[in-house]
Formats: sequence, C-alpha cells, structure tokens
Amino acid sequence: MGESVELDRLTMRFGAFTAVDSVSLTIEAGEFFSFLGPSGCGKTTILRCISGFTEPSEGRVLIGGRDMRGIGPNKRPTALIFQNLALFPLMSVAENIAFGLEVRGASREERRRRAEQLLDLIALPDSADKRIAELSGGQKQRVAIARALAVEPQVMLLDEPLSALDLKLRQHMRAELRAIQKRTGVTFIYITHDQGEAFTMSDRVAVMSKGRIEQIGVPADIYDRPQSEFVATFVGENNRFEGPLVDKSDGLGVVETSAGRYAGKLANDRLNVGETVALYVRPERLALGAGADNALAARVTHADFEGAFANVFLKGGDGRPIILHLANDGRLPDLAEGSELTVGFAAHQAIIVPRGERARD
Amino acid sequence: MAELFRRYGTTLTLAMAAATFVWVVMMVVLPYFVMVEYSFHRNLTVSELGGPKDVYTLENYASLFRGTDLSAFEFSDDFRVFMRTIWGSAAVTLVCLLVCYPVAYYLAKIAPPERAAFLLVLLVIPFWINEILRTFAWFILLAYNGPLNVLLKAVGIIDAPVRWLSGSGGVIIGMTYAFLLFMMFPLYNAIETLDRNQVEAARDLGASTWKVHWRVVIPHAKPGVAVGCIMVFVLAASSYIVPYLLGSPGTRWFTQTIYEWFFEASDWPRGSAYAFILLGLCVAFIMVMMKLFKVGLTDIAK
Repeated sequence: MGESVELDRLTMRFGAFTAVDSVSLTIEAGEFFSFLGPSGCGKTTILRCISGFTEPSEGRVLIGGRDMRGIGPNKRPTALIFQNLALFPLMSVAENIAFGLEVRGASREERRRRAEQLLDLIALPDSADKRIAELSGGQKQRVAIARALAVEPQVMLLDEPLSALDLKLRQHMRAELRAIQKRTGVTFIYITHDQGEAFTMSDRVAVMSKGRIEQIGVPADIYDRPQSEFVATFVGENNRFEGPLVDKSDGLGVVETSAGRYAGKLANDRLNVGETVALYVRPERLALGAGADNALAARVTHADFEGAFANVFLKGGDGRPIILHLANDGRLPDLAEGSELTVGFAAHQAIIVPRGERARD
Repeated sequence: MAELFRRYGTTLTLAMAAATFVWVVMMVVLPYFVMVEYSFHRNLTVSELGGPKDVYTLENYASLFRGTDLSAFEFSDDFRVFMRTIWGSAAVTLVCLLVCYPVAYYLAKIAPPERAAFLLVLLVIPFWINEILRTFAWFILLAYNGPLNVLLKAVGIIDAPVRWLSGSGGVIIGMTYAFLLFMMFPLYNAIETLDRNQVEAARDLGASTWKVHWRVVIPHAKPGVAVGCIMVFVLAASSYIVPYLLGSPGTRWFTQTIYEWFFEASDWPRGSAYAFILLGLCVAFIMVMMKLFKVGLTDIAK
C-alpha cells in the first residue's frame, strides 16, 4: 500500500535561478498524482527532491509523515522510473527486475521467483532470460515498471516514461499504468508535459509554471475551471477575449471586449468590477448560431475537415482569430474560405480569469 | 583497390602499394624473420659456422626454463627475472587500475565538464616531458636523502630514511607513474559513455555505492579496463628505462636480461629467443584478458 507525500514550502535554487519556488501540497496515499507543465517549469526538480537525488534548498519532503531530509535515494521508500528507463543493458530481464532485491541480499531463488511473478503481472511471461536489447519499446517500459515494483515502493515516481513511445502504444500504456496503480495501491507521482497523459491517468493534476503551482485539481476542474491565464492557455486550446469586467453577480461576470460584451463564469470571487480580465471559451464550446448569452460574427479563414469533426479557423469582426471545433452531425455549414458564420456560447461555457502570463505555444 | 586505381590512376596507386609493401616487408616482416631465424641458432664462433654444430635447435628457448645449469655467465637466474617481470608488471597494472578507476570515474561522471577538461590537460602535461627525464625525477624524489624521505621524516611518519630504490618498490612506483595515462584514458572513455541514469537507477533501487560500481559501472567499463590493463602490462613488461634507472641489481627486469644477452654476452640467438618469449608472454596476457573480460578485438580497437 502506498504512502502520502507532503511537500512543505519546497524550494530549490540553482545559483540565482529558482527552479522550485515554495511549493506546498499533499499527495494522498494511493493517489495517482500528476505534475503537468512545460519543460523547465520545475516538475523534474520536484521529482528529484522526492526521490532524494537532490536535497531542497529550503522546505521539506515528507513521505508517510516522515521527514526525508538526509535520507539518500537508496534508503527512501520510492522508486523512480526514468524518462529513458535506464534499464541495465548488460543484465537479463530477470536480473533487471530483481536488481533491487539483489542489492538487498535476497537469495537467487527468491529473486527468480519474484521476477517471474512480476513478469506475470506485466504480462511478459517467458521473457526472464531475454536480453534488454531484444525487447520492444513497450516491453522495455513494462520491465522498467516491474523493476521499480520489485522493491515494493510506497511511492512510484515516473518521469515522462511514455514520451519515447509512439502514440498508439502510449495510449495503451496509459491504461496499463493506471491499472497497475489501482492493483498495487502504490502512490504514483507522474511528471508530464502532455495533458492527455495527465488527464487520462490521474486522480489529481498540479499544473506548474516557473517553479510554482498554478492550480491543483481533478482533471475536469483543470480543464473546465482554469484559475489563471496560464492554465487556460497551457491546457487545451482556447479562445481569448480581454477587457474590463463591467458587471458581476452570482458567480457570473460580463466583460467588455473589443468584439462586444460577453458573459462568463468568474474563476473566483476576488475579481472586481473595473479590473481588466481575460475571458476564455474552448473551441468545442462554441456552437453555430447565436448562443443564449453571447454571439459573435466571424468569417472562415480555413477549415480542417477530420471526418468526425472539423476544426474551423475564423476571423472575428475585430480581426481576432477564433478556433471552432464542430462535431460532424451531418449538417455542417458551408466552411469555404470567406463564408460568414455566427457562433455563440452560453455564459457557463466561458470562464473569466484575472489577467496574467500565458503559456507560450 | 579498384577504387584506388579509379581515384589516383595507375602510376600513383602502384607507387603507394609499393611503398606500403616495402615498408611492411623491410621494416616489420624482415627484421622479425631475421630475429626468429637467429633464435633457433646456436651462438657459434665464426669457425664453427657451417660445421656439424650449426643446426636449428630449441635450446635457446629451453635455456630459460632449464634454470641455472646451462648458464655459464654470472647472470644465471634468468627465469627468476622472467617471473619477477610477470608479477611486477601485474602489480603495476593492478596499482594503475586502482589509482585510475576513482579518478577516471570522477572525471567522467562527477566533475563538471569544464573542470574535467582542465584536469585532463593537467594529467597530460607532464607526459610532454621525455620519459627518461620523468623517471630521473622519480630517482631524485625517491633517493635515500631525497625530498620524499626528508618530508616523511619532517612530518614524523618515519624515523630513518627508507631505501625506496633498493627493492621492487621504486620500479613499481616509477612504472605506475610512467604508464598511468595508458590506463586512465581507456577507463575514462569507457566510463564516460555510461548513462548517468543507470547509476541513479541503481542507487534508487537501493544499491550501495559499492554495489553501483560492482554491478553497473564496472561491467560497463569492462572493455576499458581490459584495454587499460593490456596496455599497461605490455608496456611494463617491455619497459627498459624505468627498471634501469629505478631498479637495483636485485630487481632486474627481463628486458635488461635480453639486453645483456645481446650486448654483453654477445649471444644474439639467446637474446632473440628471450625477446620472443617476452612477446609470447604479452600475447598470452592479451588473450587471457580478452577471455577474462569477454571482449573481442573490435572492442579493444575502439
């Protein structure tokens, strides 16, 4: 069974650069938790602090309530799966899996038995004596997981282990990782810059930017109720409008944008009337025809027809680009370049967040 | 060959081939052939040449192993010298390995790149100085009233000066120093290619520092260890100047014995035979190392 992990004002500086800036959060025992963020946001540094390869400049890491300061990576109840897996190429599959037991002094029979057990778990029987080079990418992946599970860690740390796989295998491995996590009950901490990975597997996701946590929540929360411009732009696609907040009531607000007045949900109550804010509405939340609350006229610049749906790129009246995802219900309008469309959205489909830094794409 | 003809024309290609042929045959094959031929002859006076005693024989090779009986000169313990050369070279190899491994690991995996480059240059600079001069430097350092003894006495580690140069110690120290880089670079190159994540993965799985090295770093560095050991052993076994300068009469090296047979005993056949025995020793060592470390010639060539 897994253990909880608590970060208490965790700070990591490299010279003048602050990689992780006073991060505090608690990951529950048995949870599948992801850190999502662009490269250089500090997520790998957090992982290295938890695994013990890096001592934080300030703050603490607690695993199962125990302060980990001064405890080396070989003594922590964590197992790390590296981005490049770091399997030992000179050892057989079974030797790789049982390495953690070997260094703990387990007998040859015990090691063999445990390796075969784990090979069954990862659905790779009869591979014990294969060399690592003989395995496919997905098989290597599974061996790396088995090798980490063999030491019966309470916390499993995964550093973008799926990034080297092709899309299909990646999707398959997501399901498999999630299943293994459920079966073993180990706390999984997953690092990724891929929101699809973070969302499909995780109980909760922390979005990071520049060493700080932008938002923590369940995947649907992160997607539907971003709290900052960074989260709204980093996670998924979004259409952005900007202007002063002219009215607010019952968690809804009205923004005076250069394209017109639009209503949306307020990300939080601290937003004040008069403050310049940003309103975001997702491409799939835009619908054809004037919506209940908001409408805008736009001209098609081009459209990508994918079959089940179409991505339509529009230009609004004020020249702003707008993206629209249309499900193909058999009644798609004329999407030829230059056609005029009216699109709309309900207030609860849009979110109003304080103005801030956006993710670069 | 056809490619060469096409590229450089007939005349130039033939000229190059001829030059290569002459070089290989005249400089490499013929001298060896002459030496091999010598080594199976008896050392005869001019009047005996062509006489009944002038036949091919294995006596020169056998004489090394037959101990003192056959030897008429004062150097009667050739075989003991041969054995000493083997263990001495092995000792030098081992000391080089023990000294170089931590340094090579530090340079390849721990030191930041700029510092590693700087330290590598520092390691190389002394080797721009002639080997004889460097060995002489050790002769001075290790002398009875030399700086090392003075220093050790001043610090209080020893009460009386140590005769470093009287046993094999001086020779082993001198050779370790002389051939250090031939161990350092193969090791450094081998360890350098190890993925740092391998070390961290082993560590993360609970391995102690010792286990990390024993199970991950050393197996990876094996070709480098083999190459370094081969280089140092062969160089040590065939070194002449270091035992000549830093050795004592009791610690002669086999190369000195060979020299003496050639130039002091004027017994070229015996000297040739001994030289081939030394060559055989080196080849045997190379083969044992290749077998032991399961590396092929291609690994070594790298």
